[in-house]
Amino acid sequence: MKAILRLIVALSSTFAALPASAALNVFTCEPEWGALAQELGGDKVSVYSATTALQDPHRIEARPSLIARIRSADLLICSGSELEIGWIPLLLTQSGNSKVQLGNPGYFEASQYVVKLEIPKVIDRALGDIHPGGNPHVHTDPRNIARIAQALEERMAQIDPANAENYRSRGKSFRERWQAAIARWERQAAPLKGVPIVVYHKDFSYFINWTGMREAASLEPKPGIPPTPSHLAELIDQMKRAPAKMIVYSPYSSPQAAEFLSSRANIPAVMVPFTVGGTDKAKDLFGLFDDTIARLLGAVK
Amino acid sequence: MYGKGTMGLAVAAALGFAGTALAQTQDELSTLREQVRQLDKRVTEAENAAIQASSRPTGENVMNPAVSVILNGIYSNLSQDPNAFRINGFVPTLGEVGPGARGLSLGESELALASNIDHNFRGTLIASISPEDGIGVEEGYIQTLALSYGFTIKAGRFFSGVGYQNQIHAHAWDFTDAPLANKAFLGNQLHEDGIQLKWVAPTETYFDLGLEVGRGRQFPAGPAGGRNKNGVGSSTLFTHVGGDLGTGVAWQTGVSYLSTSPRDRTFDDVDSTGATVTNSFTGKSRLWVLDGILKWAPNYNPTYTSLKLQGEFFRRKENGDLTYDSTAASLGPQTGGFTSTQSGWYLQGVYQFVPMWRVGYRYDRLNAGTTSNGLVDSGALTVTDLPILARYNPTRHTVMVDWSPSEFSRVRLQFASDKSRSDATDNQVFLQYIVSLGAHGAHKF
Repeated sequence: MKAILRLIVALSSTFAALPASAALNVFTCEPEWGALAQELGGDKVSVYSATTALQDPHRIEARPSLIARIRSADLLICSGSELEIGWIPLLLTQSGNSKVQLGNPGYFEASQYVVKLEIPKVIDRALGDIHPGGNPHVHTDPRNIARIAQALEERMAQIDPANAENYRSRGKSFRERWQAAIARWERQAAPLKGVPIVVYHKDFSYFINWTGMREAASLEPKPGIPPTPSHLAELIDQMKRAPAKMIVYSPYSSPQAAEFLSSRANIPAVMVPFTVGGTDKAKDLFGLFDDTIARLLGAVK
Repeated sequence: MYGKGTMGLAVAAALGFAGTALAQTQDELSTLREQVRQLDKRVTEAENAAIQASSRPTGENVMNPAVSVILNGIYSNLSQDPNAFRINGFVPTLGEVGPGARGLSLGESELALASNIDHNFRGTLIASISPEDGIGVEEGYIQTLALSYGFTIKAGRFFSGVGYQNQIHAHAWDFTDAPLANKAFLGNQLHEDGIQLKWVAPTETYFDLGLEVGRGRQFPAGPAGGRNKNGVGSSTLFTHVGGDLGTGVAWQTGVSYLSTSPRDRTFDDVDSTGATVTNSFTGKSRLWVLDGILKWAPNYNPTYTSLKLQGEFFRRKENGDLTYDSTAASLGPQTGGFTSTQSGWYLQGVYQFVPMWRVGYRYDRLNAGTTSNGLVDSGALTVTDLPILARYNPTRHTVMVDWSPSEFSRVRLQFASDKSRSDATDNQVFLQYIVSLGAHGAHKF
């Protein structure tokens, strides 16, 4: 008993407390939302992203460090649509933080503010790890980011009314720059229209829909099921009949299957940043789309 | 004449042209009208469809809780009779801790229902459906959502926060069975009826503190089901520290303390005359557990490779009175002082070397430690009257390989060489499947 108490005292004095400054503590499930919150909040927010571009947001361990971070968060931003169902509910119930629980203003699901694609007609686990609410990887279409930015800006202003002006003016400036960038990207991405590609996971659908590319196949036989030799053999056959222009994969998936198909079917495999931090050039949301389009254009030539 | 005729012709032609043009415009107009009508019809249809889509079906069952079912089945090949299973050198626990039946059997199925109750509480019920004797409540608790400052309160029946493995559901264990130390000191798994208060510190490094008070319905408390008294039958304190290291390691370590005062906690043994006697213990039982867990995955992405190391050290002190033959089935009841200080530990590692495939090894060891038994020391009885308490250090080696084709299914093959009995080694082979149906569960760290 006494030993426990002594240990507690010793531990609590050695731990650095989290910054209890005036800044709004933002916990984001994925780096793209961290980047967006930073754009909108500037120095009025302190942003922590639970994952990096090298992690599969479906499969995250509910690590103690994440519970500690969520404990002190004022705002939680996730993609939603069940993308984080394997870990976020657990972190929330363990956090002892009512601000960010479902139903409170501190809980923000980005995918709720956009039109979702690939809402399944049939929902059954035999179809793989499908999301009944539709494809959750909404950030790969920049027009979605514009819509989400507007909703997030309002939410931040609601939670932190003292800095509401800051969020609104930064948000306005961001959205203006973003619309200009979308116009530029749409011009640049024109040659991608109609280009057939093979994806690894169905995490690129919104980008494909935006640019008018065509998804010819996916390396995963079913969503969430890793590529199998027999499925790859089928893909090689399919590529012989109707070759795709490239194979696209994200930094968190292993390049092995993509490279295998690339060498057998003789079509390039392209790693796209997928989210902020996925490549050196994808430092922020603007860099993310600049680099993604540049990489795809490089392969389509 | 010529001019007139030409002019007439021209007029006629012009008129004719105009007539044709008029007719064409008329045609186009009617086509357009028709198209507009069609469009209008389609818009109305689309609107109706949108209205239908936006008003989702309602009914009494739309607020049903999330339901999931765990099914498992096992084939066991045991070189020793599982009905004679015991852990020599240690007081038998009140529950079933043996390796289960030989041959093919259906394991315990789990039915889990969980949902937010309102903005204040979340409720969870996990029923275990045993293939033989009906339904039991494994966990059934409510948990607060609305408390802040890092506080959470849980009330009902739940897995006690003592140690690490104890809080994990059997279907999420990395081996088919529990570590020997969990069997010997917590009767496999301690689920308590009680209240838990937990606080998470506002620090970057994870730090929690917890307090549980319970009924004492299970070993190491006693008798089975809890004492007939007001107040508290068992209390537990725990604390954990955890964090990240580098770009792929997550760790957590904890200390917990469980204190109970068993009264007439019984166990059966065979005395020197060959009779089965019931002995009982009344006194104090205190258990310390030190646990540590370390998980590694490159860049915290466990999809391809990952490693998990887990270990716990248990130390138990009991002092009180031991009554031999409390039901007077052999030499008659006799009571003497009893103290014991015993310990045990295990260390296990599980490595995922390619997606879907994992291998694991576990080593178990229990230390008989020091025991002083007044009945034997005074010469009233001999060690052979209480053979199960005779000094012995059980050990076990376990290896396993499992395959998880998706997040929802797992097939495991496990071999163990179990020296829980002082007189025989039990060589065990288990082949097991574990699947989950329904709502997507989330697993604790």
